[in-house]
Order: sequence, then structure tokens, then C-alpha cells
Amino acid sequence: MSEFAIEVKDLHKTFRDDKKSVEVLKGISFSVGKGEIFGIVGFSGAGKSTLVRCMNRLEEPDSGEVIINGKQIIGLKRQELNQERRKIGMIFQQFNLFDSMDVYHNIAFPLKPLHMSKAEMNIRIDEILELVGLTDKKFAYPGELSGGQKQRVGIARALANNPEILLCDEATSALDLQTTISILDLLMEINKKLDLTIILITHELEVIKYACDRVAVMENGEFREEGTIQEVFTNPQCTTARNFIQVFNRFRDGNKEDAK
Amino acid sequence: MSLYKYSFWEVFKHTFSAEVWDKVLPSIGETLYMVVVSAVFVLIFGVILGLILVMSGKEGLLPCRWLHAILGAFVNCFRSLPQVIIIIVMLPVARAIIGKSYGQNACILSLVASSVPFFARLVESSLLEIEKGKIEAAKAMGTGDFRILFSVMLRESFPSLVRAYTNAIVIIISMTALAGSFGAGGIGFVAVTFGFTRYQHDLLFATIIVLVIIVQAVQFTGDSISKMILKKRHLI
Repeated sequence: MSEFAIEVKDLHKTFRDDKKSVEVLKGISFSVGKGEIFGIVGFSGAGKSTLVRCMNRLEEPDSGEVIINGKQIIGLKRQELNQERRKIGMIFQQFNLFDSMDVYHNIAFPLKPLHMSKAEMNIRIDEILELVGLTDKKFAYPGELSGGQKQRVGIARALANNPEILLCDEATSALDLQTTISILDLLMEINKKLDLTIILITHELEVIKYACDRVAVMENGEFREEGTIQEVFTNPQCTTARNFIQVFNRFRDGNKEDAK
Repeated sequence: MSLYKYSFWEVFKHTFSAEVWDKVLPSIGETLYMVVVSAVFVLIFGVILGLILVMSGKEGLLPCRWLHAILGAFVNCFRSLPQVIIIIVMLPVARAIIGKSYGQNACILSLVASSVPFFARLVESSLLEIEKGKIEAAKAMGTGDFRILFSVMLRESFPSLVRAYTNAIVIIISMTALAGSFGAGGIGFVAVTFGFTRYQHDLLFATIIVLVIIVQAVQFTGDSISKMILKKRHLI
């Protein structure tokens, strides 16, 4: 068993259609330790979403390896893949809750194949709802919830199966600043409590700085730089990272002083 | 009473006489029988066909190019024929299957043949409207294809499917009236034989009233059910 929760080796992916082909992942390799929050930041079109979607094979990579908890994900047959996917939670920018089900049934959805008894399931769902702070919304429909509450349900649904890994695909990008912070606080809390490994994809550097242990800067299907938050923020090596941080600082400090 | 002899008002008043409704009432039963039986078949085969079309499509859960192409072509063939022609085409088929080419059961066959492809396309477009993200979320949770199909796709699109089915039933009703003139009986038969051939316009008015009421009732029921579900889900 390796010490890493996630190992990605030389991942390639090219989108092809009749007219042209675009190489979105150009041989990405990285590894994430157990219990780590690993951020991947990049401008839109950098390929970060594709990367994270290749990790649970929502997108099929052309070549490379994805090893999660010592298990090779690439090449698994459908049945085995579904088994493995149950141990990898995922949350989305648009939440992707099922509007036809209330909060209870949304969270129960991934639990159904486990053949739990009704009582066990109820206990588990109460537990999770308490963790994400939505006990009072148990029988509400997604249509009644705010963005932040929806994402909490998304997190609850992703965690229902006790996964060891959580993939967050722009999970806070549709939320306002205050809600973003509360969702990040929640992610950091469950990261500690459950020793959950989290991959956080975002285009917002603030999010990375606030929540992550390590970060990779991605551009054009490649990692330009990778390191701890401290390293990358104080001494960025590549132009992309420097660009990002410059924009970040400028936004933080405001534009007015420049005018003086 | 004919409009050629009597004033509109007199014919209209006579529309509500017992004499007229004695002839019209039995035909309502015949029409409802044809509509209900056809609607059941259309529901079953239309949903199955629609599901297969979506599943086998390029972005579907189980893409299968040749199946999608063949079914698509088959559906388009039937969709391109006017209902009158489908009825004529189905006459020998009805004789082969049911034993005679006239009567209500033969008519049901044409109704189903014409409405299934239509409804299947409506089902297909309802299912394609589901946000892809929801299906991806289900996939990411390790959900099997059939569960995605039934617990996510059909369920999420249910209000839209109800509306589509309502449309299909209205089309079936209008088509029974047409089939009536090919010996299927029902309201269409009354309208054609009495209203057209014998100039009994009071009877014609009565059939119009009946058809309008039936269609309104169907549309209202469908809309209400669909609205009720959307309200329950807090989507409106």
C-alpha cells in the first residue's frame, strides 16, 4: 500500500471531433497524501475540470494512470469502476441535486445499493445532516434551498458512503463570498474530522489560499508549478503563478492607490 | 336539422334535444374506449421507444449507433405519413392481426401506429432536457445505468413527460374522429354520417361540443398534474 491517497501518472487526454483535436491534458503527474487538501488552480480552459473528471472517469483519459488508495482506476470494468466510485465523493459547481427528491432521499440515493435497513439509513442520514448543519432541512426539496444549503446537501450526499476522497469541481464558484467561506470551513472541518483527502479545483486563488495545504498551478493542460501554499505564494516560480498572485494582490489591495 | 333549412339559432337549440343526444351519447362511449385503450398502448410503447432512443444516442448511457439510426429512421417514416394514410396502410395489417379491417379494434391499431412514434419523440426530447450534471452526479456515485434511467431520468423529467403524454392523448382524440369516417364508429362516425352526409347540423354541433369538452378535460387534468408535481418540488 502506498502512502499516497491519490497518485496520478502521466495523464493524457485529447478531445477530438471531425474538424480538430485539442490536447487538454498533456501528461499530468502528481500525488496527494492522505488527509491533505490539494488545490488545483487555473484560468478557465486550463483543463482542470477535465483532470478531476478523469480521476473518477466521468471523462475517459487516453493514457496514464490514476491510483486511488492503491487501486488502479484506469482500465477497471464498469462494475468494478462503480464499486470504486462509491469510495470517491464528488461535488459540483451547479450542485446537481435531484430536484425530484427531498434532502433525505438525495442523501439516501448513494446508500440504496448498500441494502441498509430503513432505520440504519435514517441514523446515517441524521448523522450526516448534523455534520453539514442541515438537520432542519431533512424533508425540504432542493427547490426550497439557497445555494449554500444546496452545496451542503451536495457534500452530505457525497459523504454518505464514507468515501476517503472528495473531488470538488469548482464547488464554490457559484456562491457568494460569505457562503464560499462557510462551505470551505465545512470542507476543512470534515477534512480534519474524517481524515478525508480533498481535491479542490477552482479558478479563485482566494479559495486555494484559504483552504488548501498544497497547490498546483495549471495552464494549457500542464502543471506549471506545484508546492505548499507558503512556497507558491511567497516565491512563485512560473509566470502563470506570478500572474495569478499579482491579480490576487491587486484585487485585495484595491486599484485606487495606483491612481495616486 | 340542417342549416340550409333552419336558422342557426333553431339548429343550435335543437342541438340540446333528447333526439340528438340519443344518437350522440353511445358514440361517446365508443370514442372513449378507443382513446383509452390506444392511450395505454401509446404510453407503454412510446416510453419504451423514447427510452431506447435516448439510451442508444451518441451522448446516451449505452450508445449504439446502428440501433439509434434504425429506430430514428423508423420513427421518422411513421411521423412523415399523414394520419389518413396511416389508417389506410394499417387496414391490411389489422385484417391480418385482428381478423377484420374495420371496427374499433382495427382503429386502435392505426391510432397506436400513428401516435407511438410521435409520443416517443416527445419522450426523447423531455429526457434530453435533463441537466447532464444530474446524470453525471449519479454516475460519480457509482450508480448503474438502469437505476440512472428509472430513478433519475424518468423521475426528474416526470412533469415534462406528463405534459407530453397530455399532448399525445389530444392527438389520439382528434385522430379517432378521423378514423370514425373509416368505419371505426365513435364521434367521428356520427359527425361524418349525420353531420356531413345527411346535413343534420344539430348532430354535428353536438359532436363538436363533446369533442371540445373531452379535450379541455384532458388538457386541464394533464396541466394540473404536471403543475402539482412542480409545486411539490418547489420548482414553480
